[in-house]
Amino acid sequence: MATGTEPPTRHRAATGVRSAGRASVAARHLRTDRWWLSPAATAAGLLAFVAYSTWRAFANADYYAAPYVSPFYSPCLAENCVPMRGGPNWEVFGSWWGLSPALLILVFPLGFRLTCYYYRKAYYRGFWASPPACAVAEPHRTYTGETRLPLVLQNLHRYFFYAALPVAGILTYDTVLTFRNADYAWGHAGLGTLLFLVNIALIWAYTLSCHSCRHIVGGRLRHFSKHPVRYRLWTWTGRLNARHMLLAWSSLISVALCDLYVYLLATGTFDDPRFF
Amino acid sequence: MTHVEREQWDVVVVGAGGAGLRAAIEARRAGARTAVICKSLFGKAHTVMAEGGIAASMANVHPQDDWKTHFRDTMRGGKFLNQWRMAELHAQEAPERVWELETWGALFDRTPDGRISQRNFGGHEYPRLAHVGDRTGLELLRTLQQKTVGLQQEDHRETGDHEGRLKVFQEFTVTRVLKDADGKVAGVFCYERETGRFLVLEAPAVVLATGGIGKSFKVTSNSWEYTGDGHALALLAGAPLVNMEFVQFHPTGMVWPPSVKGILVTESVRGDGGVLRNSDGRRFMFDYVPDVFKDKYAETEEEGDRWYEDPDHNRRPPELLPRDEVARAINSEVKAGRGSPHGGVFLDVSTRMPADAIRRRLPSMYHQFKELADVDITAEAMEVGPTCHYVMGGVAVDSETAATVGVPGLFAAGEVAGGMHGSNRLGGNSLSDLLVFGRRAGLHAARYAMSGAGGGAVTARVEAADVEAAAAEALAPFAGPDGHAPENPYTLHQELQQTMNDLVGIIRREGEMAEALDRIAALRARARRISVEGHRQFNPGWHLALDLRNMLLVGECVARAALERTESRGGHTREDYPGMDRAWRPVNLLCRTSDGGGIALERTLTKPIRSDLLALFEREELAKYLAEEELGSEEPGSEELGS
Amino acid sequence: MSTYDARFRIWRGDADGGELTDYTVEVHDGEVVLDVVHRLQATQTPDLAVRWNCKAGKCGSCSAEINGRPRLLCMTRMSVFARDEVITVTPMRAFPVVRDLVTDVSFNYAKALEIPAFVPPAELGPGEYRMRQEDVERSQEFRKCIECFLCQDTCHVVRDHEENKEAFAGPRFLMRIAELDMHPLDAAEAAGTDRRRTAQEEHGLGYCNITKCCTEVCPESIRITDNALIPLKERVVDRKYDPLVWLGNTIRRRKT
Repeated sequence: MATGTEPPTRHRAATGVRSAGRASVAARHLRTDRWWLSPAATAAGLLAFVAYSTWRAFANADYYAAPYVSPFYSPCLAENCVPMRGGPNWEVFGSWWGLSPALLILVFPLGFRLTCYYYRKAYYRGFWASPPACAVAEPHRTYTGETRLPLVLQNLHRYFFYAALPVAGILTYDTVLTFRNADYAWGHAGLGTLLFLVNIALIWAYTLSCHSCRHIVGGRLRHFSKHPVRYRLWTWTGRLNARHMLLAWSSLISVALCDLYVYLLATGTFDDPRFF
Repeated sequence: MTHVEREQWDVVVVGAGGAGLRAAIEARRAGARTAVICKSLFGKAHTVMAEGGIAASMANVHPQDDWKTHFRDTMRGGKFLNQWRMAELHAQEAPERVWELETWGALFDRTPDGRISQRNFGGHEYPRLAHVGDRTGLELLRTLQQKTVGLQQEDHRETGDHEGRLKVFQEFTVTRVLKDADGKVAGVFCYERETGRFLVLEAPAVVLATGGIGKSFKVTSNSWEYTGDGHALALLAGAPLVNMEFVQFHPTGMVWPPSVKGILVTESVRGDGGVLRNSDGRRFMFDYVPDVFKDKYAETEEEGDRWYEDPDHNRRPPELLPRDEVARAINSEVKAGRGSPHGGVFLDVSTRMPADAIRRRLPSMYHQFKELADVDITAEAMEVGPTCHYVMGGVAVDSETAATVGVPGLFAAGEVAGGMHGSNRLGGNSLSDLLVFGRRAGLHAARYAMSGAGGGAVTARVEAADVEAAAAEALAPFAGPDGHAPENPYTLHQELQQTMNDLVGIIRREGEMAEALDRIAALRARARRISVEGHRQFNPGWHLALDLRNMLLVGECVARAALERTESRGGHTREDYPGMDRAWRPVNLLCRTSDGGGIALERTLTKPIRSDLLALFEREELAKYLAEEELGSEEPGSEELGS
Repeated sequence: MSTYDARFRIWRGDADGGELTDYTVEVHDGEVVLDVVHRLQATQTPDLAVRWNCKAGKCGSCSAEINGRPRLLCMTRMSVFARDEVITVTPMRAFPVVRDLVTDVSFNYAKALEIPAFVPPAELGPGEYRMRQEDVERSQEFRKCIECFLCQDTCHVVRDHEENKEAFAGPRFLMRIAELDMHPLDAAEAAGTDRRRTAQEEHGLGYCNITKCCTEVCPESIRITDNALIPLKERVVDRKYDPLVWLGNTIRRRKT
């Protein structure tokens, strides 16, 4: 390394931390802490959600209990939807769609979360062990990251962000509808209303804390000083962005809870406590 | 005969800190093929530790600032011992050097109108320090490093070779400057730390930019590289050192935990409002304002506090006195039993600024105390005490060209060069010094190297015998002690550090310094019996054994010069001669190697200060420093004054 | 002041091989791992190779791995370990080893040479630069980097795949591109260098799968992933994958 400028050109059979020339340590890693806990918990949490949401999305039942509509089924875009008075029944797909209408709309939040910079980290680490944890060798022989198909499509995150905005808008509308009672009279609220309020706040916070959003509102600018309003927006989204992971998890849990709540009401397992 | 590889260059720069890189950039731009040698990795030089800022009278914050004011502050800080032409050039050229950094990509903190922000600092009349939070040195070094890379990219585009015109030899140590038969510089002898292999770089011009000597002291803010290599290389090549008795003890180093004792707490803590208190809670600095500064500093806490907001109508708080004054004051408080639990005093910002302002303005300090001492400086006071920080003395150089005295082809810039700062350096003047004189050294080294017959390179032949001798010297520690008990380099180093700290430290006494000289002589004898284990590949014991030669030489210079100067001035405080003596003002002490391998001193007189520069000061002020005959007539235009 | 004996396992060896070697060494109050390594040098193993410099977390020389985690030796306090714990210290495992704890980090210097330097705007002379604080702050965060190369060491793209070293610049140097791309006065584009396009096409930004280990190990707490790498990816999307932005830019260019 006399001058530090010779190009690195080593190609040998062994790769990674056991490559020739590197310090010969047999162990894949020497971490002594419980490094596996975090990826394991992440994987378990994500799996639980996937299992629950798959069941609910394909169930095609018990997603409406006036005045609440499950966020998994909103907006409802096929004719086979339960009629929801004043609710998000927009039958743009007509009658030919025979499967669960949830599948039509869940594509968008799913895509948004699947390409989200936080979730990418979470599932690359948790499911794909690439890497399982910092300085713990990954099990793969080769790695090309997000340089080619399909993972290069992660760059489409911002389109899913654009799509996530109207979805969040509709869920906001649904939340407004929860200020009715089971007879569609306005000016009432129940425990579900509260749950929906918390959920929509988290959904918005998660959506707006998105890295793409931060880039679009201001990050792409070169001179903040020439765009004071966008600079301020960038600062705000930046503050939210620092909590993106927290918001990703809490909004994931809240959306599942809202759905579960509607399910419990719809199946009559539980009665919505009314406040007024 | 050992085979030693040779390479040919026009200019070799020893050291890749601020001065070395600035010199290399300038030499390369002047057309010289330039090699830079550094002991560490490229980009790790001690310059990164500089925190406060770069002093330059750009007048971005205070419109009245100009080079004359900066010159005045520098001379006052140095107690008029400065090589005044250097101080003048420095004050004049510093702004250009800072602006130039911006064109190379540096990002300083800004004023509201978008110019480079400038902050207050001890001894500077106006806010003058260009800064980036409290990591200015890192910004400066990284900028120069990236400019170096930029030039290499340019060369690559033109010639297909990144390193043909400018090359960095990282992790190499120079052990000798080699001369030809006529006494001109011919190259350097060095070893590669990683492999232990020897290398000779032949070049007609060598720029020393190796920094300071702090590692000769026990409590120091300096890194391991600061072993006085350039000082020793110059001495051994026959160039004298000047002002070596002046060593700056920074007033605020960490005192706890022991492993970080000496690490710097930046002066910006005080510039931004931090105050010093003793164990009684008293702001003791008000008791320590010396007469020469009485009318420039606040007398009450209220006035001092008002100054931060309204510097035009109030005088600055005495916490911002020059470093030597503050260091001595802290020393006195601790000795009087009013120190903090771990032997320092309290430096408090927590009660003076809101927590988030502290974190924003002093991020690395916040980080440093949190990580290293587990102290939250937004909630509690820091404990600080003096630490060896900087050597004002160094290789005697020509003010204009940075050429050393008596060795053609040898140049020196930065901390390794003496003269610029006189008896005491102001904070912020170091980084500007690196840039101003680094550039000058590089430029003049390149000009000298290319001033040979017909505009070609100067020819100078490295003598084979000198290479042999240098190789033998470098290998000596492996030879074993020759029948005596072997000595451990780490032990000798610790003993030297203890000796320098205890006997030639911040307060000096004649008997102690004489004892220090005895101990250094004994250490030098023992150093000849050093034996190191292992082989030449990255062997720290061997490296230290070779560095010890330099530290012992430099330590002796400091002790001898300090013993000789029977007065107190700036970074040199004699308990037995507590006053400043005007008769000593024009006296410079030069150190040279004597025939016996030790150090011999020579007294010289400085050139009288030019009259137009003298005219920048009030006569009453000058009278405090200069002898009657130096003041001369009051008539303007008299060119030559004094002896 | 209390003192105890700590147990260390330190990797000793060179490129031809080596092993973890056990040492027992005295530790005092308030010390960091580098202090202990120095005590070993002074008392037991004078030739133990270690790189260090400032010992204050400012130069980034003493990078190594402690208990398997990339860290600065000088910024790891002994008090974070239990007294009976065996502390394992190895050199950085993503780079070739030179000796003991010293590695060959030339990969990083080679990468630094590949990133085009700052291009000064042709129309501005020294002293004429005007930049607002809010415009320089983003790049300033990245310029806090002390080049300890711990992010390069921990990044699995090269740590686990030697063959990727050629194509991938690593977090430190992708961050350098972000820094220059966000510099308010960099004129690279006018000089014909599209930093965003080259980030993806020449410096391997696409290899980054944003798993954030670089951010986790950064001793300067730079938010490398959130503030440099992801914004750079978004800027690449602007340039390469976003037809709307492309359309908008084309229309605007027509107008002017």
